[in-house]
Amino acid sequence: MMPLRVTSAGFQTTVQDAGRQGYAHLGVSASGAADAVSMRFGNLLVGNPEHAPALEMTLVGGSFLFDEAAVIALTGSDFDPLLDGDSVPMWTSIPVAAGQQLSCRATKSGARCYLCISGGIRVPPVLGSASTHLMTGLGGHLGRALRAGDELELGKPRQEAAGWWRLPDQVVDRLKRRVIRVTEGPQSDVYAARALSEFASSVYFVSEDSNRMGIRLRGNPLPWRQVCDMLTEGVSLGAIQVPPDGQPIILFVEHQTTGGYPKIANVISADMHAVGQLRPRDSVRFEFVSLDTAYELLAELEALIHPRSLVPFNA
Amino acid sequence: MTDIQVHFASDRSLLVMLGNEISREQQRKVAQLCAVIERDRYGAVQNVHPAYGSVLITFDPRRTSAASMAAAARKWLERMSSIELPPARRVEIPVCYGSSFGPDLPDVAAHTGLSCDDVVRIHSSAEYFVYFLGFSPGFPYLGDLPRELAVPRLGTPRTRVPAGSVAIGGTQTGVYPLASPGGWRIIGRTPLKLFEPLGESPTLLQMGDLVNFEPISEEEFVRVAEEPE
Repeated sequence: MMPLRVTSAGFQTTVQDAGRQGYAHLGVSASGAADAVSMRFGNLLVGNPEHAPALEMTLVGGSFLFDEAAVIALTGSDFDPLLDGDSVPMWTSIPVAAGQQLSCRATKSGARCYLCISGGIRVPPVLGSASTHLMTGLGGHLGRALRAGDELELGKPRQEAAGWWRLPDQVVDRLKRRVIRVTEGPQSDVYAARALSEFASSVYFVSEDSNRMGIRLRGNPLPWRQVCDMLTEGVSLGAIQVPPDGQPIILFVEHQTTGGYPKIANVISADMHAVGQLRPRDSVRFEFVSLDTAYELLAELEALIHPRSLVPFNA
Repeated sequence: MTDIQVHFASDRSLLVMLGNEISREQQRKVAQLCAVIERDRYGAVQNVHPAYGSVLITFDPRRTSAASMAAAARKWLERMSSIELPPARRVEIPVCYGSSFGPDLPDVAAHTGLSCDDVVRIHSSAEYFVYFLGFSPGFPYLGDLPRELAVPRLGTPRTRVPAGSVAIGGTQTGVYPLASPGGWRIIGRTPLKLFEPLGESPTLLQMGDLVNFEPISEEEFVRVAEEPE
């Protein structure tokens, strides 16, 4: 048992893993890491299974005291991490000695930074997952964001987690994007033909009201072609709903499992991680692609998320 | 089968539309489709989201192809009518109506022109059907509210509706399993937990259940609420 102590929590820091699948028919949505790609790379860097529970920090990071030695990695956006006051690099496995303190600060780029620790964060699983669903107070550490004074248990690291690694810049750069690719949504025909091309050529700004349930966008309101009286139906991750005010919402990791607003598009799986890095006031644009292209892009991304992408780092 | 539509709602979900009305008969088909999918144990399937006349099936696109998923869906649609659904479960939900548990009961009475007692009597005499669970953990989409009890939603939703609250909104009624914001009018509360993630069955209700609300006193409410599980 190796406690990790939270000395300051940051803006919104939660325990996340890949999310809980298999319970949508009970109204439980998956939750999980908002930028799962960064989390998975972080786990690879410290020798964990890809989906081991990690800490997801949002906008402003926290400070943590390590009671015992560990290996850590920080991935996602650069939160300016310091270990005992000294700068440490992102996307790199870092040895931490007992008694050292890691401090993360305000983001220098996108919304989220992941702290992955050898052995993973250990919390009691709820419905098979360690991830926190904030809106319903489910899972993670007591169903809530971390607070100063919290103590977390860590799992036992894998024996073979030896060596020091980093992810090369050219791989990190491939993950950055501001044009989000989408496929057409189930109710694309609700929208005037003009609306689809307007959607694809407009610049949207992320609203302050955005959270893990939905990313609210502000831009030119999209016109509806007909009054849409659809029945409530299941909703998928990344669906882009347009309520009557014409302002799109990207349904995100804590989305409700069913909904009654029409959906104009759906973010492709390969680009969901980029949605997890959107901050209030960021600009974003969309591009329609075919399903075939969506699968090609996913295969390319998945091929990258592998230990062979890591290179040795000589400390 | 010509009414049935299947299309990809995203690169990781298939939407099967079985019909577009709200009916118990259609809901039986939804339940049959969900049952056939569950039995098939197709490895890539992650979730099913049943709703009125439709099922959204989410899958892991790394473990299957679009063509394979479409083929699996055709197979499920062929097999679904042979599924025998178990008889509907009957669930009784004790509710303490009015007082501090049902702050909007007088408003509902005033709006409908009925007495508070009549509102309670009519609400608790009806038999309700669970169309599906959705929106939030354990939340039942219940039908059908007796017409005389329909009332508009609150102009300004409450920021917090206590867990277990029984409410009416428009022509619908339901129970909030967890504390959440809500715009429906609260007429009572149940001491039962509709969602218990660590319990043997995470939800009290399931799709297809028949539900009756049973009026209880405040003393009874406290007694049930304090019972160890």
